[in-house]
Amino acid sequence: MTQSVVVQVGQCGNQVGCRFWDLALREHAAVNKKGIYDEALSSFFRNIDTRSGGNGPDVYKGKICSLKARALLIDMEEGVVNEILQGPLRDVFDSKQLITDVSGSGNNWAVGHKVYGCRYRENIVEKLRKAAEHCDCLQCFFIIHSMGGGTGSGLGTFVLNLLEEEFPEVYRFVTSVYPSGEDDVITSPYNSVLAMKELNEHADCVLPIENESLFEIVNKIHQMINSGKLGSTVKQNSLVTSSSGSAKTLQEKPFDAMNNIVANLLLNLTSSARFEGSLNMDLNEISMNLVPFPRLHYLVSSLTPLYTLADVNVPSRRLDQMFSDAFSRDHQLIQADPKRSLYLACALLVRGNVQVSDLRRNIERLKPSLHFVSWNQEGWKTGLCSVPPVGHSHSLLALANNTCVKPTFIELKDRFMKLYKKKKQSIIIIIIIIIIIIIIIRNLAICQQYEVMWFESDIMFQNGDKACDQWRTGNALCELANWSDMNNDSQSWETGERYFCRIDYPLVLYGVFCWNRLENMEL
Amino acid sequence: MSIVTVQLGQCGNQIGHEVFSALCSDICGTHGLCSKEENESYQESSKERFFSQEESGVPAARAVLVDMEPKVISQTLSRAASSGHWKYNSHSHFCQKQGSGNNWANGYFVHGPRHKEAIMELVQKEAEKCDRLGGFFTIMSMAGGTGSGLGAFVTQCLRDAFPTSFLLNHVIWPYGTGEVIVQNYNSVLTLSHLYHSSDALLVHENDVIHKICAQLMNIKQISFRDVNQVIAHQLGSVFQPTHTAGGGSGYSRNPLGDLLEPLVPHPEFRLLGLRNIPQMPESSLAFSSFSWPGLLKHLRQILIAKAHMEEGIDWQVRPPGSSIPSTNKPLHFNTSIANLVILRGKDVHSVDLGNFQDPSLYTSWLNPQDAFNAWKTPRAFNKYEKSAALVSNSQFLLKPLDCIVGKAWNMFASKAYLHQYTKFGIQEEDFLDCFTTLEQVISSYTNL
Repeated sequence: MTQSVVVQVGQCGNQVGCRFWDLALREHAAVNKKGIYDEALSSFFRNIDTRSGGNGPDVYKGKICSLKARALLIDMEEGVVNEILQGPLRDVFDSKQLITDVSGSGNNWAVGHKVYGCRYRENIVEKLRKAAEHCDCLQCFFIIHSMGGGTGSGLGTFVLNLLEEEFPEVYRFVTSVYPSGEDDVITSPYNSVLAMKELNEHADCVLPIENESLFEIVNKIHQMINSGKLGSTVKQNSLVTSSSGSAKTLQEKPFDAMNNIVANLLLNLTSSARFEGSLNMDLNEISMNLVPFPRLHYLVSSLTPLYTLADVNVPSRRLDQMFSDAFSRDHQLIQADPKRSLYLACALLVRGNVQVSDLRRNIERLKPSLHFVSWNQEGWKTGLCSVPPVGHSHSLLALANNTCVKPTFIELKDRFMKLYKKKKQSIIIIIIIIIIIIIIIRNLAICQQYEVMWFESDIMFQNGDKACDQWRTGNALCELANWSDMNNDSQSWETGERYFCRIDYPLVLYGVFCWNRLENMEL
Repeated sequence: MSIVTVQLGQCGNQIGHEVFSALCSDICGTHGLCSKEENESYQESSKERFFSQEESGVPAARAVLVDMEPKVISQTLSRAASSGHWKYNSHSHFCQKQGSGNNWANGYFVHGPRHKEAIMELVQKEAEKCDRLGGFFTIMSMAGGTGSGLGAFVTQCLRDAFPTSFLLNHVIWPYGTGEVIVQNYNSVLTLSHLYHSSDALLVHENDVIHKICAQLMNIKQISFRDVNQVIAHQLGSVFQPTHTAGGGSGYSRNPLGDLLEPLVPHPEFRLLGLRNIPQMPESSLAFSSFSWPGLLKHLRQILIAKAHMEEGIDWQVRPPGSSIPSTNKPLHFNTSIANLVILRGKDVHSVDLGNFQDPSLYTSWLNPQDAFNAWKTPRAFNKYEKSAALVSNSQFLLKPLDCIVGKAWNMFASKAYLHQYTKFGIQEEDFLDCFTTLEQVISSYTNL
C-alpha cells in the first residue's frame, strides 16, 4: 500500500485541505468499524503512540492510538492555520508540520516565490524529508493551492519546484483553484500566468477548478433541497457539500460548501488506491493513461451524484443518469463544456455497487455523443472500487483530458494582456514625457547659447576690423565657420523657434495628448 | 504429473482463484456419473495435478501468486482459506507496495529484473514439490502493467530456467471498447515477447465471455466474478484428467505435452482459441438434456463459422467442397491447423467424430489424421451431464489481433503516450520490432 502526502499552501489551500482531512476521517470512520489501523488508513494518516510523547515511533498494526495527518501546512500569515489548530482538527496536525510567517505575501507572486521561497527553502525541504521518511512507500504528493493569490501561487509553485528536485520519482498532483473573471484581487491574472508556467513544467497532473462552477453547484443543491420536489427528501450527509457531523448548531463558513466539493474530488481520486475493488486504478495509472504528451496534463473533473434522494431502491435508471450527468456542463468543476470539444482521453472511477456490465453499457451508450481524437477512439480508462462514499450507494468521478480547457486559459491570457498592455503603455508615456522635457531643456540651452553668441558677435563687430582679422585667422576660422553655420540656420530667437517647431513641437503635442488620455485611463 | 500455475497481476490472481475453486468443487463433488473406481482414479489424478498435500489435510494449490501491489493477493489468499476445501500455500506469494501503473515498460524493465530472483525462487520451490513436473501455466492479462510487462519477463525467465518444460500462457484479451487507454500498446508488446518464449498462447476475450454471461447464463448484472467463473469452467474442462487417444486405460500422464504437441506443429502458429458447450446457468441444468450428435454439430459449426457460443451461429458458412481449389475459400470460413475435441460425460465412447476430420477444414500441408485429436472421458465435469470442449489452432483470433495491431499502430503514428514508455527504458525501435513480429503472425494466419 502506498502513502501520499498533502501539501496545502496559502489561505485557499489550507481551507480546502482542512475540509479534506475532515471528510477523510469521516470516510474512514464509516468503513473501519473495528478501530484497527489498517493499510487504507495508512495512506493518509500515521498512527502514533502518544504515551511516549509526540516523538514516539509510528505504530504500524493494532488499534488506533492517535492519528496524525501526512500533511504540510504552509501559509505566510497566521490567521487560517491558527484557526485550524484551534478547531476540531487540532489533534490531527503536529506543530512540526507547519510553516507560517506573519506578514503574508500581499497577493504578489514574486514575494511568495522569490522572497519567501529563498527564506524558507531549507525549512520546507527538511519538513518534506521528515514526512517522506515516515512513509513506507511514498507514491504521490498532493498540492492544494489557489492561483490568484500570492502565497498559494508563488510559494506553492516554489514547493512544486522543490518537490521535483528532491523527490523526482514521486508523482505530483496539483489541485489549482483558478480565479474567476470578477475576482477581487487585481493582480490575480499576473499571479495565475506566472504560476501556470511553473505548473506546465513541473507538475505531473493538474486538476483545474473554478470558483464559479463550485458556486453554481452549491446553488443547484440549495434549490433542490428547498424546492422539495415531489415530496422527496435529500439525505443530509449525502450532499457532496456537507461536512462531517452535519454541524447543525454551528454556522457553516461561507466557502465550506464549495471546499467540500474539492475535498470529495480528492477522496474519490484516491479511493481505488486505498480500498479494494474488482478493477483497481492506482494514482500512477491515472497519470499514465490520461497524459498522452508531457505538457498536456490538465484534467477536467466532474463528480456525480451531488446528492442522494432518500428512497432506498436505486433502479438502474438512476445509475445511467449518474453517467450522463458526469458529462454534462453543469457538473464540471471548471466553466467548460467537454461534450462540444475533443477528448484526448477519459477516465471513469466508479465507487460502490456497480458492476462491469453497467459500466460497459453506459460507455456504449455515451460514446456516440462524444468526440474522441482520431488516434484514441476507444480512449477509456475504467476503475471499479467496491467501497462507496459516505451517504451514497455509488458514485462516479470522471477525469477528462479535453480541449475544453483552451477557452479558460485563453480568457486568463486575455486578462493578463489587458493589465500588461496598460502597464506597457504607461511606461511608454512616461518615457516620452521625459524625452520631451529633455528636448525642452536642450532647446532652452541652445537658445541661451544663441544669445550668448549673439552678444559676443555684437562685441566683436564693435571691436572693429582688428578683431575681424583675428577672427579670420587660425582656429578662429573654424569657429567662425561653425558659428556662421549656426548663425545662418537660426540667428535669432525666431529661427530658434522655427527649429523648435519643426521637430520638437509635434512631440510635445503628442506628449500632452498621451498625458490627457492617461489621466482619463482611456489607454 | 503436476502443473505449476503462476498467477500474475490483478486479473491473473482473480482468475486463478476461480480456477482452483472450480477444480476443487469438481473433485469434491460426487456427481461423476460413472463408476466408483473411475471417479476415484479421476480424483486422485486431478489432485496430484493441481494440489499438493499439506500436513493440515487441506490441499494447497500448486501456485505462485505475483503482483506489484498487496490488495489483490491478500484478498485472494483470504478468500481461498475461507472456503475450507483448499488454500494457497502461505509462502508462495510475492508482492510489492506500488503497482506498475499500466505501464508495460515499468513491468518489464524495472520490476522484472529487480524481483527476478525472488520470484524464480518461489517457482523453484513449487516445482521441487512436484514428483514429476508437467509444465507451467501462467495466467495474465494483456492490458495492464504487471500482468503484461512483468508476465512477459517472467515467461522469459521460466524459459531460461526450465528449457525443456512445457510453458503455456493463458492470456486475457481486454474489452474492445477500452479498459485501459494504453491497452493496445501493452497488448502488442506482450504478444510479441510471449511469441518468442512461450510454447503456446491460450486466449480468452473479455468481450466474448461477457456475451456468454449475458446471453447464455442470463446474468443481469455481470460482475468480473461471473466472467472469471465462466473462464474457470472453460479451463477446467480442458485441464481436468482425460483419457488420451493412445494412452491406454489410465488418465493422461502428460497433460500439457499431450495438449501442445499435436496442436502446435509449427512455431509460427501458436495462438489457441477455446470453445466450450453447453454453457447455461446452474439452475437450468437439471431441466436440460443433451445429445451428442446435437452438441457436436453445434461445435463443428462454431469452429467453421468462427462463432463464440452456441447462440447466434451463422449456419450459412460451409466448408468448400473438395472440387474447389483451396485458394478460393470464402473469407469467413475458418481454416484450422489443428483441433482437439475433449468430450466428458455419459455414453462418450459411442460418439462419432468423423465430421471433424473433413480435409477441407484444415490446411493443405497437414494430414487431417494428424491434425485432429479427440479425448473422451466418461466422468462428467462440473455437473454437466455431457460437455464438449474444443481447443483450436485456427483463424479464430485473426480478426481481434488485426484490430488491436491496427489501433496500436494508429496511436504509435501520433507518438501519443510514448514518453511514458521511453522513460523506463524502451526505445521506438523496440516498438517497431514488435509490430513487425505481429504483422508476420497475422500474414501467416491469413495465408492458411
